[in-house]
Amino acid sequence: MRISPTKFISLLFLVLSVLYLYSAYNIQVFAFDENAPFNARTFPIYLGYAGIFLSSLKIILPEKTTVIVDHKVLDYKSIIYLIIVSVIYGAVILKIGYFLSTSLFLISSYYLLGERRWIWMFTLSFPFVAIFMYLLHGVLNIYLRDPLLQYLGIIG
Amino acid sequence: MIEGILIGLSTALSFTNILMVMVGCFAGTIIGMLPGLGPMTAIALMIPITYGFDPSTGLILMAGVYYGAVFGGSTSSILLNAPGVPGTVATAFDGYPMAQQGKAGKALAIAAYSSFAGGTISAIFLLIAAPSLSKVSLSFQSPDYFALMILGLTAISAFSSKGQFLKAMMMVILGLMLATVGQDSLSDITRFTFNNMNLTDGISFVLIVMATFAMSEALTIIFRGKDPNRAAKQISLTELGSIKVNKEETIKMAKTIPRSSILGFLIGVLPGAGATIASFLAYGMERNYVNEEEKKKFGKGSVHGLSAPETANNAACSGSFVPLLTLGIPGSGTTAVMLGALLGFGIQPGPRLYQTNPEIFWSVIMSMYIGMVILLILNLPLIPYIARILAVPRNFLIPLILFFSVTGIYLMSFNNFDIFLMIGIALVATFLRLYDFPMPPLILAFVLGGLMEETLRRSLLISDGSPSFLWERPITLIILLVTTIIVGWQIFSTFRKKN
Repeated sequence: MRISPTKFISLLFLVLSVLYLYSAYNIQVFAFDENAPFNARTFPIYLGYAGIFLSSLKIILPEKTTVIVDHKVLDYKSIIYLIIVSVIYGAVILKIGYFLSTSLFLISSYYLLGERRWIWMFTLSFPFVAIFMYLLHGVLNIYLRDPLLQYLGIIG
Repeated sequence: MIEGILIGLSTALSFTNILMVMVGCFAGTIIGMLPGLGPMTAIALMIPITYGFDPSTGLILMAGVYYGAVFGGSTSSILLNAPGVPGTVATAFDGYPMAQQGKAGKALAIAAYSSFAGGTISAIFLLIAAPSLSKVSLSFQSPDYFALMILGLTAISAFSSKGQFLKAMMMVILGLMLATVGQDSLSDITRFTFNNMNLTDGISFVLIVMATFAMSEALTIIFRGKDPNRAAKQISLTELGSIKVNKEETIKMAKTIPRSSILGFLIGVLPGAGATIASFLAYGMERNYVNEEEKKKFGKGSVHGLSAPETANNAACSGSFVPLLTLGIPGSGTTAVMLGALLGFGIQPGPRLYQTNPEIFWSVIMSMYIGMVILLILNLPLIPYIARILAVPRNFLIPLILFFSVTGIYLMSFNNFDIFLMIGIALVATFLRLYDFPMPPLILAFVLGGLMEETLRRSLLISDGSPSFLWERPITLIILLVTTIIVGWQIFSTFRKKN
């Protein structure tokens, strides 16, 4: 038997709802709230049951239209590269600072997506981020944490 | 009301706010023009910038972005037959054939004039309707609000799901589940945090919007390997032609605009409906109104066929502000994003907004007029130049969207965990999008989750735990009956099509 992707996603949602419901029943409430008409558990319990009901319906009922996705045309390689670069960006942003990490993230993303015009790649990274930071930090007065630039005394 | 209008005018006409409307309209036009990126992405990307402003200015900027994005969507519909937003799909029916006939400039001008007229007329309706409805909604109690939110979530699932009602309802539940993560607002008990301190305050609204819209839309474009700008590279500015509209065309527009404005506004007010439904209905209605000779021109470059959806989608945008400003319940995904931003400013929209923060209430309404004028005088002459943005390659576009998304989250918390969580949610959202699981219901549910739990708590406490609050008040009962009809209709239409 072959299960359609939509039904598979619904099955995952059913599992999620069951786990959510289990966690909802395990929420610790105050002793005096245990038998109250409404406590911290009530709403999540309703949601858990609603999730189980809807996902079960989706699994049981026949599909009106089937969504067909041709996986051969999906660009998995670029997505994986971009996600890896984004995760690295997220991991180092606090350590090496906003300016440097963002500029490097932009340059590497342009490169990974196939861009090779280095002048444009540079212009739309270091100077672009500097202008953006100036607008946020200098003009709009939005605090932008950048330990590196703070250490260098460029921003306060 | 006159006093309110004056307050609104004085706020909206300040130098900063006019500048923000201009920036908003311009930025919105550019983002909305890019196929795949809609008003929700445009607004989401603006949220970090609004942190530095006062609430009126922030909301005015977002309203400008909203209109600009809808207008920008029309441009790509007409020039490329690639609607930037779903609300402008109907625009392409006659706009694109007109462009193919060498009258792209004229089509863009008709779209701009119709958008302006539709937006302005419906802003007048909003001016009249919003204060009156605010007064009426003061009599609403918790059970009514709870029922209204159920109606809103059901309606958005029914209307935005392209026939996939159950998928949309699952997204609603997912949005509500995500909203329950963190401390319970009343008891401060932590829920679903799995002892992770980063989740104690719950998941940020901005994070969810950035992940499910800005970031996931960018990833979807890459994933599908489609270059939204490939076709645009063929655009030559000399091919746009004249933007002058002759007398005969003006008369045709003058007939279409009033009826499409009324229809668009009324559809916009309905929870869950919006620019997309309004534009399709207006197109269909207009086709029925015109004579046989005009009817034959539909789909081949009809002025009526272009003007009607353009008028209606902008009118619906204004209409969608009615439930947001008067009830505090957004009727669409886009206004849900605005509600989230308002809550971030510490402002609770609703019937009392009219009394507690009149400057916000009125300045948003007045800024709509200003926005419409700016869209017309700024964008129309600049269209040939703005259209060049369609030629920006995705190699630059996608990383810039990712950069704005991460920056928005970084500015909010200076925390790695939030960035990782956003990437994770964006990946899940990208896969869900591939299989037509709609995201607007998730956003609306996430934004309404806290309020929904609160109203349910009050209702159950008042009725001592009995579900009788669902039918004791006539308003609650009527709203729930309407909800039942919508659900029943969805089930009926599913079985009817199957048989």
